Amino acid sequence: MNNSYLPYFLCLVFFCVGLYGVLRKRNIIKIIIGLVICEYAANLFLVLVGYKMGGRSPLYSPDQSILDMVDPLPQALVLTSIVIGLATTALVVGIAIRIYEKYGTFDITKISKLKG
Amino acid sequence: MVIIPFFTILPLSGAFIIYLVGRHSKFFTDIFANITTFVLFLLSLFILFFKPFEPLLYKVGGWLPPWGITLVIDGLTRFMLITVNFIAWTITLFSVNYMEKFTSKYKFYTLFLFMLAGMNGLLISGDIFNVFVFLEIASVASYALVAYGVEAEELEASFKYLVMSSFASLCILLGIALLYSYTSTLNIADMGVVLWEKGIVPVVIFSAVLFFLGVGLKSAIVPFHAWLPDAHPSAPAPISATLSGVLIKTLGVYLLLRIFYNLLGVNQIFLDILMFLGVLSIMVGVILAITQMDIKRLLAYHSISQIGYIILGIGLGTPLGVLGGLFHLFNHSVFKSLLFLNSGAIEYTIGTRDLSKMGGLRKNMPLTGWTSLIASLSISGIPPFNGFFSKLLIIIACMEKGYIGYAIWAIIGSILTLSSFMKVQKFAFLGKLNSLYKEVKEVPIFMRTAMVILAIICILSGGMLIPYLNNYFLLPAQKVILGGLDYKNINQSINNEK
Repeated sequence: MNNSYLPYFLCLVFFCVGLYGVLRKRNIIKIIIGLVICEYAANLFLVLVGYKMGGRSPLYSPDQSILDMVDPLPQALVLTSIVIGLATTALVVGIAIRIYEKYGTFDITKISKLKG
Repeated sequence: MVIIPFFTILPLSGAFIIYLVGRHSKFFTDIFANITTFVLFLLSLFILFFKPFEPLLYKVGGWLPPWGITLVIDGLTRFMLITVNFIAWTITLFSVNYMEKFTSKYKFYTLFLFMLAGMNGLLISGDIFNVFVFLEIASVASYALVAYGVEAEELEASFKYLVMSSFASLCILLGIALLYSYTSTLNIADMGVVLWEKGIVPVVIFSAVLFFLGVGLKSAIVPFHAWLPDAHPSAPAPISATLSGVLIKTLGVYLLLRIFYNLLGVNQIFLDILMFLGVLSIMVGVILAITQMDIKRLLAYHSISQIGYIILGIGLGTPLGVLGGLFHLFNHSVFKSLLFLNSGAIEYTIGTRDLSKMGGLRKNMPLTGWTSLIASLSISGIPPFNGFFSKLLIIIACMEKGYIGYAIWAIIGSILTLSSFMKVQKFAFLGKLNSLYKEVKEVPIFMRTAMVILAIICILSGGMLIPYLNNYFLLPAQKVILGGLDYKNINQSINNEK
C-alpha cells in the first residue's frame, strides 16, 4: 500500500472500532463511547481531506505564495461538526442517566419494554 | 429575496423568546408559538405565489454563489415548505390543549420550533454542509421530543432512535466529506457543475452509497426501518404527527430527491433498487401493522408502508410516477398527521392507546370519530378523498412503464391498509361503549379545530390535480425532479439576471 493512503486507512479502522462498539456491546455507556468514536473518525476524515503533506497554516499575507497552504474550509466544518457532536453526546448521556434511573441497569438486553 | 432567511430566523428566535418568557406566562407561550407557525405558513404561501415559476436565491452576507452560502428556493422547495409549515401550524394549534397534561409546556414549544427551524433550513439551504447542520438541528430536537414524557418506554425508544439516527447523520457527513474532496466545493449547484465536468468515478459512487444509507435510515425505508415503530408512538401525539407527517419526509425523501436526482444523477439500476425497496416497504409495513393492537404503533407501521408508496412513485422516474409520489407525500403528511392527532385525542380523553379497551367512542366524540373516518378512508385510497388520487397515479404510472407486478403489490397493500383501518374504526369508534367511558366528552376547541382543518384538506386536496391549480403547487416540484441535473445551472441563471 502506498504510504500516503495510510492515514485514510487508519481512519477507516477507527470508524470500524466505533461501529463494533455500537453493534456488539451490551452496556449503554459503551455504545455511547462507540458512537463518539465513530463521530471522531468522521471528523478526522474531514480534516484529513483538507490536509496537505508539509503544508503550512492557511494565513494569508502579501509576501507569501498561497501554493502550499492546507485547505482551511474542512477545519471550519469540523469545528461545527464537533459542536453538533457535543450536543448529541450530551443529550444521549442525559438519556442514559434517565434510563438508569428507570430500569436500574445499563444492560441493553434487560431494557426491553418495547417490542420492535 | 430578503424574505428567504426568515424561514429559519423566525422559528429560531421564536424558540429563544419562548424559552426566556415561557416559564412566567403560559398564555403568552401558546399565543406566541401559534403566531410564529401561522406567520411561517403565510410566508410559505407568499413564496409560492410570488414569482411562482422561477428559482429565488439569497446570498448570505452578499458572497457570490460558488464561495458563499446560498439559500435557494425552487419548485420542490416551495412544495415542501408549504407541506411542512402547514402541518406545523395545525400541530401547534392542537398542542395548545393537548400539551396541558405535560409539565413545562414552554420547553415543548422551544424544541418544536427548533425542529421546525431545522426542517425549514434544510429545505431552503443550497449549501451541502448547511444541509447537514440543519439536519442535525432537526434530529437533535426530535430525539429530545421523543423522550419528552421521560417514562421508561420513551427513553428507551429515544435512545434507540438516537443511536441509529446519529449513525445516519455520520454517513451523510462522510458522504459530504468524500464529495468535497472530489469537487472542492460545497455549493450544491456548483458541485453539480464540477461533477458534470469531471465525471463519475468510484469515490462518487461510494459517497452515493453512504448518502443512501443515511437518507434510508432517516426516512425508514424497509431494511432500515427498525427504529420507527418504537420512536414515533412513544412521543406525545403532536410530535408523532410531526415526525411521521413531515420529519421523515424532509430529512429522508427530500434529501434523497435533492442529492440523487439533482446532484449525483440517477440511472436505471438505482431506480430499480428504489422501486424494489418501495414495494418491500409497502408490504412489510402493512403486514406488520395489521396485527398491532396499540393504535399509535399501528399508525407508525403504516408510515413505513406509505413511505413505500412515495419511494415507489419517485423511483419510477416517469413524469406521472414522480407526480404521484410527490402528491402522495403531501397527502400522507396530511392524513397521517390527522390520524396521529385523532389517536392523541383518544388518549387525551380515555387515557389509553390499547384498541381492545376502546369501543363506541363515536357516540361521545363525534368529531374525532368522523375526522378519523375521513383520514382512514384517505389513507386506504377510497375515491373522493386525496389518498385515492395519488395512489391511482402511482399505480397507473407502474402499469404505464410495464411494472404490472409492482402495480399489483401496490393494490394489495392498499387493500390491506383498508382492512387494518377498518379494524381501527371497529375497535375504537363503533360497537358498544365501554361503561368506564360513559362520561367522556369531546376534546377541547383547539384540538377540534386542528382536526377539522386537516380533514377539510383531506377532502379538498384531490382537487390540486385540476389542470390550472397544479401549475402552482405540484408541477413545479415535478419539473425540478424531472429536470434532474439541470439544477446545476441555478446559480448561473440568477447571476445572469442581474
